[in-house]
Amino acid sequence: MSAVVTKPLVTPVEPAKEPGNFLTHTSGFLSWALTLDHKRIGLMYLVGVMASFLLGGVLALIVRAHLFYADGAFLTLKQYNQIFTLHGAVMVFLFIIPSVPAALGNFLLPIMLGAKDVAFPRLNLSSFYLWVGGAIFFLVAMLTTGLDTGWTFYTPYSLETTGPVVLATLGVFILGFSSIFTGLNFIVTINTMRPPGMTWFRMPLLLWAIYSTSIIQVLATPVLGITMLLLIAERFLGIGIFDPKLNGDPVTYQHFFWFYSHPAVYIMILPAMGIISELMSVHSHKGIFGYRMIAYSSVAIALFGFLVWGHHMFTSGMANVTTIVFSALTFTVSIPSAIKVFNWLFTMYKGTVSLTTPMLYALAFMFLFTIGGLTGLPLGALSIDRHFHDTYFVVAHFHYVMMGGTLVAFLGGIFHWWPKMVGKMYNELGGQISAGIVFVGFNLTFLPQFVLGTRGMPRRYATYVPEFEFLHQLSTYGAFLLGIGLFVALGVLIDSLIRGKKAPTNPWGGATLEWVCSSPPPHDNFSKPPVVGDPYDFRGLEYDAREGGYVRRK
Amino acid sequence: MMFLLADQNKTFWFPEQASTFAPEVDWFFLAVTYISLAFFVLIVGFMVYFMYAYRERPGYKGSPEALHNNALEIGWTVVPTIIAVWIFYRGTIGFLDMMTIPSDTRDVQVVAKKWAWSFGYPNGVVDNELHLVVNEPAKMIMRSDDVLHSLFVPAFRAKCDVVPGRYATMWFEPTKTGTYDLFCSEYCGDQHSKMAAKVVVHTKEEYDAWFAKAQIPPSDPVEYGKLLYAKTMGCASCHSVDGSKIVGPSFKGTWGGEVALASGGTVPFDENYVRESVLNPQAKSRSGYEKASLMPSYQGRLKEEQISALIAYMKSLKSE
Repeated sequence: MSAVVTKPLVTPVEPAKEPGNFLTHTSGFLSWALTLDHKRIGLMYLVGVMASFLLGGVLALIVRAHLFYADGAFLTLKQYNQIFTLHGAVMVFLFIIPSVPAALGNFLLPIMLGAKDVAFPRLNLSSFYLWVGGAIFFLVAMLTTGLDTGWTFYTPYSLETTGPVVLATLGVFILGFSSIFTGLNFIVTINTMRPPGMTWFRMPLLLWAIYSTSIIQVLATPVLGITMLLLIAERFLGIGIFDPKLNGDPVTYQHFFWFYSHPAVYIMILPAMGIISELMSVHSHKGIFGYRMIAYSSVAIALFGFLVWGHHMFTSGMANVTTIVFSALTFTVSIPSAIKVFNWLFTMYKGTVSLTTPMLYALAFMFLFTIGGLTGLPLGALSIDRHFHDTYFVVAHFHYVMMGGTLVAFLGGIFHWWPKMVGKMYNELGGQISAGIVFVGFNLTFLPQFVLGTRGMPRRYATYVPEFEFLHQLSTYGAFLLGIGLFVALGVLIDSLIRGKKAPTNPWGGATLEWVCSSPPPHDNFSKPPVVGDPYDFRGLEYDAREGGYVRRK
Repeated sequence: MMFLLADQNKTFWFPEQASTFAPEVDWFFLAVTYISLAFFVLIVGFMVYFMYAYRERPGYKGSPEALHNNALEIGWTVVPTIIAVWIFYRGTIGFLDMMTIPSDTRDVQVVAKKWAWSFGYPNGVVDNELHLVVNEPAKMIMRSDDVLHSLFVPAFRAKCDVVPGRYATMWFEPTKTGTYDLFCSEYCGDQHSKMAAKVVVHTKEEYDAWFAKAQIPPSDPVEYGKLLYAKTMGCASCHSVDGSKIVGPSFKGTWGGEVALASGGTVPFDENYVRESVLNPQAKSRSGYEKASLMPSYQGRLKEEQISALIAYMKSLKSE
């Protein structure tokens, strides 16, 4: 009997109009503001984090311009302190942490799983609004009264400064919930919504990276919330936990803060590593080298990342044994990162390497992240760290990892998935030029800072002794060149929206499921569940000139 | 005249080696750097070669089978692990040397406060410069009166945070006479970048001569007050004597006038106002400085005759 029921009585007539996509599915402000579509939420996040990045970047240029002269160019000491605080806080909390997972992750994760949406679409939208609310709270607090504690809110300075510490920490608290919700959503989605045939080891590596990141977000971010609440309680109620005047201990605050903020470093870099795994493989048209090692190393980094927070406190006066244990644990986390770099490198071996814009960004990442990782070795070595701690060597090191790593990977990811997200191709030459300028500008900015650090230039200084002036000036020139490169990249993307050719379904020859969807994807992503294969099987993917992209030949 | 510091850069990477820690740190850093450079050249070399050799071009088709190689993967896990263990071990040995304080040190009582250093020597001698004797180990017994600070002498390759609510100790042994920079390297607020001092490494004879002179305060109260203001007590980091506003109000031109209070009303700027403001700075804070960072109390740090000397100095600024 059932056979009769499932057979429709009348065959429906295919609509003749152009098949819609998620951008044109509905229109009007509310259709975006109240959307539950992960793709639209991803795009809104993208706009939000890019706006935050623009703000943080302009602040960075103000800092660099001021440091052009040893006595400072145009800011008062207090203004400088406020601006470097704002730069750090905006970049960390509003840009890097949500950049890859919330913007690209939201867009890609369900499509890569062949799913219609994330597990909890409403939670997803609420996490976006928490981000917006937290960001507004944070920015209003900081822009109106001027926070000057540094993004770390170290006690007891944060307890006695007249800046808006309570409002800003509340902002961070709200942003933390946004991050927790996103992580939770992704964990449930990956656990429950993988299509039949997609075992854990047939998942694209970006999903491994996002999964590892989500675990950190869910486990570590609550500690940040606790820390911020304790800080507020200390300021208002004087509970005597961090304030030495009340028998509290400022070093306890540092333990609390870095227990979150060190894993947060991996929240920032792991998704970027996931992007690089995709980019290196797709643009080499070859399967990833050592898939399992990359997948395991993501999980290893997520776990070890919880155990190394003490290396931010090597000079804080911890017991010698504690310090030595943290140094040892710090070195363990360097190994999985090294493994990943070698695996990406050998992904190119005997491949067919196309030097497209996303690939150039990925190669720039390889160069910059390797420097960032290797310069972590002297910082982890306790004797050298006595000299390098809190100097420009540290500043250069973490910018190579966070900016040379995460930002460059993020840009590569945007250029890689841009045709999928908006359905338009960009000017390839323009993209390549932007990658070149960003690469040169970045190195010119931060290589001199390593030398400033070894020569003893402390960080967070608004003025400095004259012998450091030349290296600071090189760094400032580099920063402005870097700024130009980023504006070129933005220009290329905006230009594509206006004049870009229509993007094919698979412009690069990727084998993961998002390249099976049309560009841009339809509202429901897939009209029927896609066939799941090996995400890195490039056999049979060939360029078709009529299509303008790759098609799979049987 | 340009004052040439002894710690202007001596090599590309490092300032002068002026303590027993410096050769170890410099040697070890360069060793780690050369190892890193070898890895870096290897990685970038392979990268550039692969970019060229396997570039997409007409008539070339890559072979997609090289996806796994156990020997290679074990190799690039084990070799970096061995190197990391060695770096950890060397760093820890060097660290323990830095943390093990010899028994026969010359002790200096260091007080860090926003935004000045003061160094206490025997017989109550206090100075804003750190005076040391070459080839004699010195121990710093450090405390902070307010927030976190960190004592950093690049030429000595030595650094230690000064955490309020406890003593922090560090030691070093200078190996070269000269004058070196001392920085605060833990962010401490408005004038953090200005919280610097000089380290003067003397020969034994020079040190004795300096110490003998430092024990006798100037007999003229104005001169004594000026010394306390500029050097010993570090008032100069927040209060100017030329009428400009740094953090707190200037000493110039206020003597004998009326002071507007933050709580409303005015009080005369006289001996008792100065005395109270030094010992209990928040009792009558001035209008216009509500948002300034709080001044710490000098109760117990200034003797009565020192307060009188400071008052004499302030009076002298009025007549200028």
